[in-house]
Amino acid sequence: MIKYETDVAVIGSGAAGLAAAVEVKKAGLGVLILERDRELGGITLQCIHNGFGLKEFNEELTGPEYAQRFINEVHKLQIPYELDTMVIEIKPGTPEKQYKTLIAINKREGVINIQAKAVILAMGCRERPRGAINIPGFRPSGIYTAGQAQRFVNMEGWLPGKTYVILGSGDIGMIMARRLTWEGCKVKAVVEILPYVSGLLRNQVQCLEDYDIPLITNYTVTKIHGANRIKGVTISKVDRNFDRVIGTDKFIECDTLLLSVGLIPENELTFNAGAELSSNNGPIVDNNLETTIEGVFACGNVLQVHDLVDLVTAEAKRAGNYAIDYINNRYGNDTKKNGQIKCIAGENVNYVKPDVINKSDIAKEIIFTFRVRYPDRRVLIQFKDENGVIYKKKKIYVIPSEMIELNLNLEEIGLNKDCKRIEIEVIPRPEVLIEED
Amino acid sequence: MEESSQSVVRVIRCIVCPTGCEIQVKKNESGDISFEGYTCKRGLEYAQQEYYEPKRILTTTMRVQNGFLPLVPVRTDVPILKDKLEEAVKEIAVKQIKAPIKAGDILIENILGSGANIIASRDLSEIQ
Repeated sequence: MIKYETDVAVIGSGAAGLAAAVEVKKAGLGVLILERDRELGGITLQCIHNGFGLKEFNEELTGPEYAQRFINEVHKLQIPYELDTMVIEIKPGTPEKQYKTLIAINKREGVINIQAKAVILAMGCRERPRGAINIPGFRPSGIYTAGQAQRFVNMEGWLPGKTYVILGSGDIGMIMARRLTWEGCKVKAVVEILPYVSGLLRNQVQCLEDYDIPLITNYTVTKIHGANRIKGVTISKVDRNFDRVIGTDKFIECDTLLLSVGLIPENELTFNAGAELSSNNGPIVDNNLETTIEGVFACGNVLQVHDLVDLVTAEAKRAGNYAIDYINNRYGNDTKKNGQIKCIAGENVNYVKPDVINKSDIAKEIIFTFRVRYPDRRVLIQFKDENGVIYKKKKIYVIPSEMIELNLNLEEIGLNKDCKRIEIEVIPRPEVLIEED
Repeated sequence: MEESSQSVVRVIRCIVCPTGCEIQVKKNESGDISFEGYTCKRGLEYAQQEYYEPKRILTTTMRVQNGFLPLVPVRTDVPILKDKLEEAVKEIAVKQIKAPIKAGDILIENILGSGANIIASRDLSEIQ
């Protein structure tokens, strides 16, 4: 078996993996990137639309251009990488043996063994498939996830069909609606089970409204017609519990159904390594983005699904720096020994990252990221410890598709140092209630 | 309409921020255009641009001969008029380019006389 030894192994070469690897290499440490696809770049390579890089580069780039900048950096810094290589197992280090072991496979070398002082997880996320949403009907060809269709159309040069219904109003689904229209296809409708769009407003306006593509909210696909090839779908209105409303069925003829019904961090590898996962299916991390396995860090969409690649890059750079700190300063030490504070998702908060804060770090700035469960206007974001509210911030508008980021120094805002948990909630502003009374 | 002789000729949904203000474009009897419903300066500027001269960056793909991939992603280097997008896509669709390609390479100069060039969005090597 071929063996590699390095300081940091990075799993995945999308926006997160590339930025993390570059950061580690610039600090003078060894790094090895492991990528399962045929080239570096990850999912941004198929996102050929623009809108990337406004925060990171202060200019508007396409996905491939954004990836290209980091790929160029990888080449310039001569960072080694393995393509077509799938990591199949991570073995945590032991007190006697600090190196983590990665087992990976590829066609050239067979099974390979990588010894690394630290590991950065950057495997991204995957799309929720048909099976996850249980649509009745046959299993004809012509059903794809939106991202799969995006890869076919933008990279492989295949068109999955001619007339489309898109289920779910996620960003990739809406962007594909425009893309397919430009390719001469007909997108008959985007069907969304919720009363509001799941993706960003700009995509709703520029991808659907610009091309008069109907957006049908409070509806879902309840039957798929066709035996060999899909011939159409039945859509039905749903009530507040997402139950089908009898008598509202409509048939839409189409030869292709695209699913844009959500993304899930891809963490089988993480879970099998023994790391604990949180409610969003991302690993539990502390404020150093370290998972529950010492020396294994996570960043990008494998940790939490982001709206903007720029935010992935920023998070990945942090993960890179935490891995550097871990190796340089406290390789084998445990900052967790002073105790931890749990971060709890309270009212109208879906999840919070980091999941825990090391008590020894509370005098540092900590970046909190979270999402709301449902849209709301004129809200108050509150942080509470066991004694009560320690921080308040007003916000005009919150929506699940926009991740909220807050930079806080918990010591400065007066956190009780002996507390065991803080709770984050997004509640209606009291004055709004008074007005309405 | 009800309180004045102004009529709403178009409603533009602002995409500058997530608030998504609905900005009404109004016309009075003498044909003067005014904007209402915006809540910030950037919103007004967006609505004016959208009303008078809507432009977009066009992003699509172009066929590649002997490339590592059959397509290369491309875009206009500056925004072009929204009305010209479809024609531009068709113009790009009939072209074919040879690998190797470097990101930023100009693949079509001054497409449809718009002043915009079509540039490659990534490096693409030859097939081995």
